[in-house]
Amino acid sequence: MRRETGGRIDRSRTLRFSFDGEELTGHPGDTLASALLGCGVRIVGRSVDLGRPRGIFTAGAEEPNALLRVGDEPMVAATTVELRDGIEAWSLQGRGRLDPAAPPGEARHDKAHLHCDVLVAGAGPAGLAAALAAGEAGARVVLLDDQPEPGGDLLGGRLLLDGAPAPEWVSSVAVRLAALPEVRVLPRTTAVGYHDHNYVVAVEERDANRGRESGGRRLWHLRARRVVLATGAHERPVAFPGNDRPGVMLASAARTYANRYGVLPGRRAVVFTCTDSGHEAARDLAAAGVEIVEIVDPRRDGAVITGTLADAEGILTGVAIGDRTVGCDLLAVSGGWNPAVHLFSQSQGRLRFDDALQAFVPDRSAQAERSAGACRGVYGTAAAIADGFAAGSWAAGSRAAGQAFHVPECDEPEPRPPAALWAVPGAEAFVDLQRDVTVADVERATGAGMRSVEHVKRYTTAGTGADQGKTSGATAVGVVAGLLGAAPGQVGTTTFRPPYTPVAFGVLAGRERGALSDPVRVTAMHGLHLARGAVFENVGQWKRPRYFPLGGESMEEAVERERRAARTGVGAMDASTLGKIEVRGRDAGEFLDRVYTNMFSTLPVGSCRYGVMCGADGMVLDDGVTTRLARDRYLATTTTGNAAAVFDRLEEWRQTEWPHLDVSLTSVTDHWAVVAVVGPRARPVARALVPGVDFDDFPFMTYRESGPARIFRISFSGELAYEINVPRWYGAALWEAALELGAVPYGTETMHVLRAEKGFAIVGQETDGTVTPQDLGMSWIVSTRKPDFIGKRSHARPDTARPDRRRLVGLVPDDPAETLTEGAQLVAAPGGGRMIGHVTSAYPGVALAMAAGVAIGDRLVAFDGRRIPVTVVSPVFHDPENARRDGDPQDPSPRSGAPAGRPGTGSDALREIPEPGDAADPVPEWARGDRAASPLAEFTGRFAAASSPAVTIRELPFLPMREIMGGEAGEGLRLGPDWWLAVGEPPAGGGPGDRPAGADTGTAGTDVSAQRAVVELSGPGVRDVLMTGCPIDLHPEVFTTGSHTQTLLARAPVVLHRTGPDAYRVLVRACLAGYLAEWLLDALEGL
Amino acid sequence: MQSIECPWCGPRDEIEFRYGGQAGIAYPRDPGALSDEEWAGYVFMRDNPRGWFHERWFHVHGCRTWFSIRRHTVTHETGPVPDTGREPESDRTGRGPLARGTGEAR
Ligand SMILES: [Zn+2]
Repeated sequence: MRRETGGRIDRSRTLRFSFDGEELTGHPGDTLASALLGCGVRIVGRSVDLGRPRGIFTAGAEEPNALLRVGDEPMVAATTVELRDGIEAWSLQGRGRLDPAAPPGEARHDKAHLHCDVLVAGAGPAGLAAALAAGEAGARVVLLDDQPEPGGDLLGGRLLLDGAPAPEWVSSVAVRLAALPEVRVLPRTTAVGYHDHNYVVAVEERDANRGRESGGRRLWHLRARRVVLATGAHERPVAFPGNDRPGVMLASAARTYANRYGVLPGRRAVVFTCTDSGHEAARDLAAAGVEIVEIVDPRRDGAVITGTLADAEGILTGVAIGDRTVGCDLLAVSGGWNPAVHLFSQSQGRLRFDDALQAFVPDRSAQAERSAGACRGVYGTAAAIADGFAAGSWAAGSRAAGQAFHVPECDEPEPRPPAALWAVPGAEAFVDLQRDVTVADVERATGAGMRSVEHVKRYTTAGTGADQGKTSGATAVGVVAGLLGAAPGQVGTTTFRPPYTPVAFGVLAGRERGALSDPVRVTAMHGLHLARGAVFENVGQWKRPRYFPLGGESMEEAVERERRAARTGVGAMDASTLGKIEVRGRDAGEFLDRVYTNMFSTLPVGSCRYGVMCGADGMVLDDGVTTRLARDRYLATTTTGNAAAVFDRLEEWRQTEWPHLDVSLTSVTDHWAVVAVVGPRARPVARALVPGVDFDDFPFMTYRESGPARIFRISFSGELAYEINVPRWYGAALWEAALELGAVPYGTETMHVLRAEKGFAIVGQETDGTVTPQDLGMSWIVSTRKPDFIGKRSHARPDTARPDRRRLVGLVPDDPAETLTEGAQLVAAPGGGRMIGHVTSAYPGVALAMAAGVAIGDRLVAFDGRRIPVTVVSPVFHDPENARRDGDPQDPSPRSGAPAGRPGTGSDALREIPEPGDAADPVPEWARGDRAASPLAEFTGRFAAASSPAVTIRELPFLPMREIMGGEAGEGLRLGPDWWLAVGEPPAGGGPGDRPAGADTGTAGTDVSAQRAVVELSGPGVRDVLMTGCPIDLHPEVFTTGSHTQTLLARAPVVLHRTGPDAYRVLVRACLAGYLAEWLLDALEGL
Repeated sequence: MQSIECPWCGPRDEIEFRYGGQAGIAYPRDPGALSDEEWAGYVFMRDNPRGWFHERWFHVHGCRTWFSIRRHTVTHETGPVPDTGREPESDRTGRGPLARGTGEAR
């Protein structure tokens, strides 16, 4: 019940809450646990296995019993929940339950990154002293503590420091810390993980710290030069018969409830203590008005509690001491103290058992870390403060070594060693209250031959509860040691794993939920695809249109219509996602010769060539078309999914094997938007789109430039096709123009059908890392003239060269309407048992497969649950003579004004395409400046609306940018040792300005103006936004004005440039700009 | 989250990097002259020590530099690869020993 006075609670205000439906009240300053005790609630739940009634046992994170459902959180310790008005709490029946149908929590959690010189975990006497010593030595300090106010154990006691109540000393230190600008104090913040290289993860009750009730938390990612652990100690119980009754409580908890929360956990108390702190608890309880019936201290006379008495509900009514019984409603137990070594152990530090303290204490550190105070067994308050000063000085690298600081005099007596008592014989003596594990259970484990405490843990489940054995772990070790006749130090502890306290998944996810859960890459045409009702598929992070259904079409219907357009009329595909790498330098051709299986050094300028690259193991890695733009300049393309992997791999060989080659690599994937115009009637459409090109003299596998466009005459369908590349800002206008001219938009599904009909393999579909070019029937692309290329030697390995490898074949089902299943197994017909291959691509009536030892005409069975008879055919189903790649052979000279379909419908209603006249404006409509759209154009309004005095956000569109390679370039932002990004001023007129595609030929560097979007953030709050997603140290004296670097923001790689004291530019790849803009707007909302 | 010291950018979180496996495995000068077994050794076989390991990292989300460090596979202590006393000729930028191989023409 609640005391009239005393405690650090505000009795002038009443908070209402409910427990199991009953309306109760408490006060600000209460925890849910103290409020429940204040209202006389004794039973807070039933144990998991045995269903025994249990009461509040501790006053902190180590609580094994009072696990409740609180609001939308399924299981939290009531001792760690700050009381708020309106909390609804429920006891758990058996195990906690997750309701998969429950709506997502409404609390808004986020993350933040912070670097510091010294991280101090725990703001008790040692932690406060350490933070002060480090802070006053000038270090950047983060001090975190799980409680709303600093002081730790001092808040729960009645000690005097220098003759004044200890909280006064706490306040004086807090005032000095607040005066240090480089000290950041994070209350209500629990360090939950201590990982490699002094990386500490902590959870802050952030909304509570900003006076909000919405329950939002922040996951801090802290990187510290040095760490001081001042995590205190947990009192431990003794395993005696009936020690789980409601009314049995740790002595320090009873004392804390009385002193700090003004709550009496009982009226008549027996104290069972192996320590001096139990006597202090008895004194404080008596002073608060609790009748102390008896103090049982085995150190005095060997007396122990041998049992408990209970009423009908199971609540404590008395204790047995040998053959005596004593009536009481509170049994305060102190079995000794366990230094809270969890974080120390997580850091891989080694523990030792201290015989005097009867506890495991830190022995050897594994990282730049020191423990201070009770967490290393220094229990006296004054000694802990002195230890903290010394640790803080060490952590700050200060010579003062803590001597400059005054250690207050404390009125507590020198503590004497505890009794080495872990258990009292008898039934129902619980070692782990949460998992209902008794001494008898542990005996069964050792009786079954287990000697390792890890085995005992797994056998009994002791220590595996949500509390991770904070109160039970050491007791279990002591009991095992007693049973084995060993010392606890020989038995050792189980592994301490993060998190120290349970962390909700929602907190780990933070803001990476829903649309922000994974970065999404989109092309310049994405908005138009959406508007057209495209069905998308994910290719890596890309969203690609799979097909464009019209009027309720099924996928099959849409694909057949799209396919017909590409085969008989004209189609258009958004091919912007293909990886594009500019390869420059005197040795560019030699470099490509080494990485591709075929020759590129002999490719004439202006020509294109298809290439395959292999790993050193000889297996196909990627393929694509490479074009020679100039003597020393190539444009290589990669598959969409492998773009990053190929770019990284080329960089690897360039830097690490062939640094003497004069070659550099620049990704231009996002600079160019690509519209493939495909089909026998592609020429008039392409001619209308790019008027400056002579289409009558434009052979297959060559390339042209006109205005801002590059046009490649290459084909992935077997039909006449032009891939038109334009700077990304023209992409949408070009796409619209192509559709206006009658091209039927088609997606990746039709693309796959078209190429499968042509027998073109897709890397990752026909290949799986075990397939050579020869297996794909592409021996023709593997040069025998070159002395070497990556993978060449492997093609001569016995396994790679054996004749009975699986090879690419075509399959046709007997029933031409049948569609085989990709992945279906192939067996020799009839009734063959041995698998000889599998189906790699399957479309109606057409399939590709990799199969061994088969010949054209063989009959096989494709097994996908069904048994489908198939015939082996050539993988080239369509136009094996390549008669169609120059257009429809029946219609060999496409006239000007050739008919095309109505915009985008594929309808046969054709219209005339006007021939561009000589006097016509050479700049096509789509290339006019006012049609250019920057990547974040659609965000202009939302950026303006989200801007505030703290942070303004806007896009800086169309900044001219060039990437220049070479260590001496010396122009713009240096992104790497030989990598520069020159950023110019925006061109006059607000548009992109006039930049022909070939304009940078022969100049230093590559035009990448459309490759990245530029976002400008300015204002005093920008750092608070960036720190929620950027892992680098953004301290203004580290990331100084003018600094720039490449790093991550959210999950996007960015160039971060601090252009002014409060002004930053974020440069992000155009395809990721929308994702990052959404993320930034979301961050601004959470400021 | 390990902290990896990029020779160009300084210490960065591990997520900014791609791991590159064992360092010092040079591409053979003349693959055609190797026996199948020797070639398989280059392609497939790597050390897997318990203890110090020379390994390559690629600062993929930063400066795109390939580099080598020494890392203890048990404690995750890291440090620069010991100086071999020989500056690779290509090392114009002071970014430390080459990540792989000898840097010589094959
Ligand atoms: Zn770097």
